[in-house]
Amino acid sequence: MSEEQARPEEQEAHLEIAPEEDQPPGLIDTSVRSAALLFGFALVCTALMAWIYGATLPSITAAAEREKMKLIDEILPRALYDNNLLADTIELPSAPDLGQDEAIPVYRARKGGQPVALVFEAIAPEGYGGPIRLVIAVGADATVLGVRVVAHKETPGLGDYIDPRKDKNKKDPWIEQFSTRGATGLSEADWKVKKDGGRFDYMTGATISPRAVLQAVGRAARFAAAERERLYAVQPK
Amino acid sequence: MNSAEFRAIAENGIWRQNTGIVQLLGLCPLLAISTSFVNGVSLALATVLVMAMSSGAVAALRTLIPYEIRIPVFILIIAALVTCLDLAMNAWLHELYLVLGIFIPLIVTNCIVLARVEAFASKNTPLAAAWDGAMMGTGLLVVLAILGGMRELIGSGTLFAGIETIIPGTHGLQIAPADYPGFLVAILPPGAFICLGCFIAGRNWLDARAAKHAPAAASAAAH
Repeated sequence: MSEEQARPEEQEAHLEIAPEEDQPPGLIDTSVRSAALLFGFALVCTALMAWIYGATLPSITAAAEREKMKLIDEILPRALYDNNLLADTIELPSAPDLGQDEAIPVYRARKGGQPVALVFEAIAPEGYGGPIRLVIAVGADATVLGVRVVAHKETPGLGDYIDPRKDKNKKDPWIEQFSTRGATGLSEADWKVKKDGGRFDYMTGATISPRAVLQAVGRAARFAAAERERLYAVQPK
Repeated sequence: MNSAEFRAIAENGIWRQNTGIVQLLGLCPLLAISTSFVNGVSLALATVLVMAMSSGAVAALRTLIPYEIRIPVFILIIAALVTCLDLAMNAWLHELYLVLGIFIPLIVTNCIVLARVEAFASKNTPLAAAWDGAMMGTGLLVVLAILGGMRELIGSGTLFAGIETIIPGTHGLQIAPADYPGFLVAILPPGAFICLGCFIAGRNWLDARAAKHAPAAASAAAH
């Protein structure tokens, strides 16, 4: 039924196109010329981008490494170690304890060859606005040395005080309590805000964000303590 | 091109056909990034640069570009220029790049860029086209600067926060008292719409007032 209907339409369409094919300069010529020009433009644009990419690559790599080191410097003072963190890196295939289902790098700090700290990324999945990405430094004795929020979608002005740049309390930002209060030997129950019977402060009105961060940091600390031997021993690639 | 034509193009871009509050094009970056003065101005500056470069490039190549395939060629040129800008910012203004993030590549999809290339650059000389692009971008810059400044001031009580990422050695101003709790709505997207609505209303009011005064002035001049 539908096929029969379609046929006359096709014929009509063909009839309409036919006269155009006879017209100069010819559809094919125009198409070929357009295609060639488009290809030419694509070639020139790609060449331009390739050149700029090559010219900026060293600066971009350097900027990314500076960025990483700046973040690490905030949670792990340089005086504590003497190796090149970024070179002494292993890759964890995946770590459910850290909320990671993709491979993550683990940076290892050493002084005179002795293990000092591990720096790695963890994800707090229970954030109010979605997952919160953290960078955590855990000392060789399983102490949490420092934590920073790398990316989050917490409500501006409410839950975003977990990021020290947004914290109104500039002198003693919330996130600093990990490094200043020596979180050694804490049990699972201690890794909670005070409201929930834990050891950590929070701000009234926004408990979900710090709760999520605390859970993730607690899990990461336990993970680092349990896997310590293995994480320090593996040879970097 | 004489100076009167340049002035006409500038007036057109900044006031009469202002991208942000008259043509209402490219609202996505406008509203998303205008949470602070520095963010708004930085993105607008990038847009100015892209618009001037793409308009100039298209005008220079306009006799080469067949009418049938002009749109893909325009997009190709704009996308290539934006990619170059994206890479350059990543390399030399890395901190700012981290803030503006995905909005730089999105300049490609900002319809105002394509609109000016199609409406103006494809029919004019490179110099006039580049000037037109820059002025259209400047119109956006003015709106983004005021919008960003307002939202930052109301929302977090600061002004020019984060300027040290662009000009090292400077720092933002704390306008409100340090314990200002902030006004959340101004920072969230609804605040952007409310502020923008006020701008459009204000501009229409100014235009209406000018129109009312204009006939009187014209008849006065005739006598």
